[in-house]
Amino acid sequence: MLRFILSRLLQAVPVLLVVITVTFFLIHSVPGGPFSADRAVAPAVMKALNAQYKLDLPVWQQYTSYVGDLLTGDLGPSFKYPGRSVNEMIYAGLPNTVELGFYAMLVAVCIGVVAGVIAALKPNTKQDYIPMSLAMIGICMPSFLLGPLLVLVCGIWMDWLPVSGWGDIPGDKILPALTLGSAYAAYIARLSRGGMLEVMSQDYIRTARAKGLSEWVVVLKHGLRGGLIPVTAFLGPAFAGLLSGSFVVETIFQIPGLGRFYVQAAFNRDYTMIMGTTIFFSTAIIFFNLFSDVLATWLDPKLRQQFQGGK
Amino acid sequence: MKITKIVPRLIWSALIVSILGACGGGENNVTIGNRESVLHWGNGDEPQELDPHIITGVPEHHLMIALLEGLVLKDPTTLEPIPGVAESWTISEDGTVYTFKIRDNAKWSNGDPLTAEDFRWSWERSLLPALGNQYSYMAFPIKNAQAFSTGELTDFSQVGVKVLDKLTLEVTLNNPTPYFLQLLDHYSMFPVHRATIEKHGEPGERGTRWTRVGSFVGNGPFILKQWDLNKVLIVEKSPTYWDRDTVKLNGIHFHPTQNITTEERMFRAGQLHYTNVVPPEKILNYRENNPESLHVSPYLGTYFYRINTRVKHLSDARVRKALALSIDRKSLVKNVTKAGEIPAYTFTPPNTLGYTANLSESFNPEKARALLAEAGYPGGQGFPATEILYNTHEGHRKLAVAIQQMWKKELNVEITLLNQDWKVYLDTETSGNYEISRAGWIGDYVDPNTFLDLWLKDGGNNRTGWSNEEYERLVFQEAPQAKTQEARYEAFRKAEQILLDEMPIILVYTYVSKHLVHPSVKGLPGNLMDYPSYKNMYLSDESQSGLQ
Repeated sequence: MLRFILSRLLQAVPVLLVVITVTFFLIHSVPGGPFSADRAVAPAVMKALNAQYKLDLPVWQQYTSYVGDLLTGDLGPSFKYPGRSVNEMIYAGLPNTVELGFYAMLVAVCIGVVAGVIAALKPNTKQDYIPMSLAMIGICMPSFLLGPLLVLVCGIWMDWLPVSGWGDIPGDKILPALTLGSAYAAYIARLSRGGMLEVMSQDYIRTARAKGLSEWVVVLKHGLRGGLIPVTAFLGPAFAGLLSGSFVVETIFQIPGLGRFYVQAAFNRDYTMIMGTTIFFSTAIIFFNLFSDVLATWLDPKLRQQFQGGK
Repeated sequence: MKITKIVPRLIWSALIVSILGACGGGENNVTIGNRESVLHWGNGDEPQELDPHIITGVPEHHLMIALLEGLVLKDPTTLEPIPGVAESWTISEDGTVYTFKIRDNAKWSNGDPLTAEDFRWSWERSLLPALGNQYSYMAFPIKNAQAFSTGELTDFSQVGVKVLDKLTLEVTLNNPTPYFLQLLDHYSMFPVHRATIEKHGEPGERGTRWTRVGSFVGNGPFILKQWDLNKVLIVEKSPTYWDRDTVKLNGIHFHPTQNITTEERMFRAGQLHYTNVVPPEKILNYRENNPESLHVSPYLGTYFYRINTRVKHLSDARVRKALALSIDRKSLVKNVTKAGEIPAYTFTPPNTLGYTANLSESFNPEKARALLAEAGYPGGQGFPATEILYNTHEGHRKLAVAIQQMWKKELNVEITLLNQDWKVYLDTETSGNYEISRAGWIGDYVDPNTFLDLWLKDGGNNRTGWSNEEYERLVFQEAPQAKTQEARYEAFRKAEQILLDEMPIILVYTYVSKHLVHPSVKGLPGNLMDYPSYKNMYLSDESQSGLQ
């Protein structure tokens, strides 16, 4: 297992290097620079700005200089926010994005697994159709629609929950978590239904029932573990997706997270910020994929045996 | 396995904590703010920086006028210059030498006295070429300031800024500049605290940590208390400000409300006293159901289309005029923009400090068709397909579609639309790689000069390829040397007439500023520059009704 993890980590190095290189040259080839503005910038001012951020060097020299700084952990200064370093901005936004992602994942798993299992227990009945139809709606409804809808109903009409903020007013984390988590809940519901359907027809489930165990024990103890393997495989990439895809929800609910920086940086041509956030999210995706593979292996006895046999 | 027991427990605990967190609540920001005299201000975007010699945007401007103050302030209603850090000033007879008397009770927030030398040093810093101050041109009326900013001159003592004594500053200008006092209220002319800046780096260094909470030293009515990135920036009333007795607010929370729809919802939920803008689709609703919250006032800016006169068929003034005459501006503001914008027939907004240019012709499709025929395109025949460029934005798109339809209907010409991301659009427009491009210009100060000096030949903001010698003579020679304001305005009027006759631009509308303001906010009269004066604002507890 350790060898598996190490080899995956080693594979990540060239992947990251490709990501860095491609992103770097792509953003430098896009028209419009970080300092272009509606009001013409005087040539002397533009020269001074370019010199301060090394933009007067040839692109390859900028690249080597950037990679050199990166090796020391320095992601550079933000172009748009002159007083902030990219490291500092990621450090400031990340805890909120991770917290939002965590709550959203919680919502997704709780709702998704329950709906999926309920549906799988009585396939092709109302008990199956209703949660699965809701799941389909959840998948189809984008967060930029669901978010404002929830705000309108729960925040403005009913006045139950705050319409924006993060940690300012009690309960202001509920609507963002629901909005971000619901689409993933829908995916998880469909995955767990499929997984459970397959597992519940296995021999060992029949054995468990034959032992006289109650249906609850059969489902929760024996069924879930196998039935949720597809879900765990999905969790890693899903969490990475929650982190990098939280932009819309962060914007709707005024959450000071990383997602907003990520998207705004592209519009602002904030080169260092684009690089920093891209590197960060790529690393997160690689890490969470690895994590979900390891988790799936741990849950699946067949795969676990393969690794133990290969030792 | 133990983990199978721990994980569900963790999940349930987290769920319970989240749900428990939902209980409680009750009072919103507006209610608490009104009680504690704390204003909640929707500020548009996360501020780039708090260094007045680096920043460029409106959100930063709001913060700067709370934290710093220049020699002169603007009257919140009329925008006439009123004393700020300078308690008085004299102007030489020829209008080129200004002598400012700084008040002896003006202090920095750390208690240091504010002196004439602080201004001299700050202006030197703001003009340092290395700093890259994009608004350094605000100081260019000062003798030799431009040469110093480009590095041609390295000795600041040759720039027209002289400290006569501890509290007296003398400023010498190149030419009489009637709007010079107004420039002093721009943040790039604000003083900065030398010792603090030097403690954190070189004067010409960008982005040092002097602007952080705990380091920032200002001289304005408020002091910096808290700055949470992308969340809130909090200022509190300054105990050292010279006019602290006038300041009624105990603090201001500046919320970076980038998404205008979210901002409007925050306003409705009582989270904000004031919104930076109003979503266009909500204006009608507010106008009908909540008119006391909707503040719309004329704004010193013009929305127009640049025409690239280097393109063959657009180099003919008759074609440009035909295009301009076939736009029904009244219909555009009534049916498309809908926020109360004013149809524009002059480039300088009407009544800019008493100046109004002669109006250009309004909607006249018959004359437009005749002009087009005269230019060789009768009935639109043979008119090359022409493209309107605009930066990606729903409002610009709607307007471009409407204008496209008007030109098709009135002139039978084929117009295509091209939208580009903001930075790409800027690049395309600056490089002259367009035919017709949407644009807007907001005045830097209340004077026709801020609109008319745009059309300098090869000026960075011209971008149309148009120039006219007589125009340049009027704007850059006759107006600055005019003996009276009337003579000066007459020169501007003649120049603007040339601009409107030759039409390198098509005027669309004069901007209006649009905000939602809670009825409890007082002392916020609308003005032409949409300039808030926080020291005169206060919150009245009487209107607690909310806006649900």
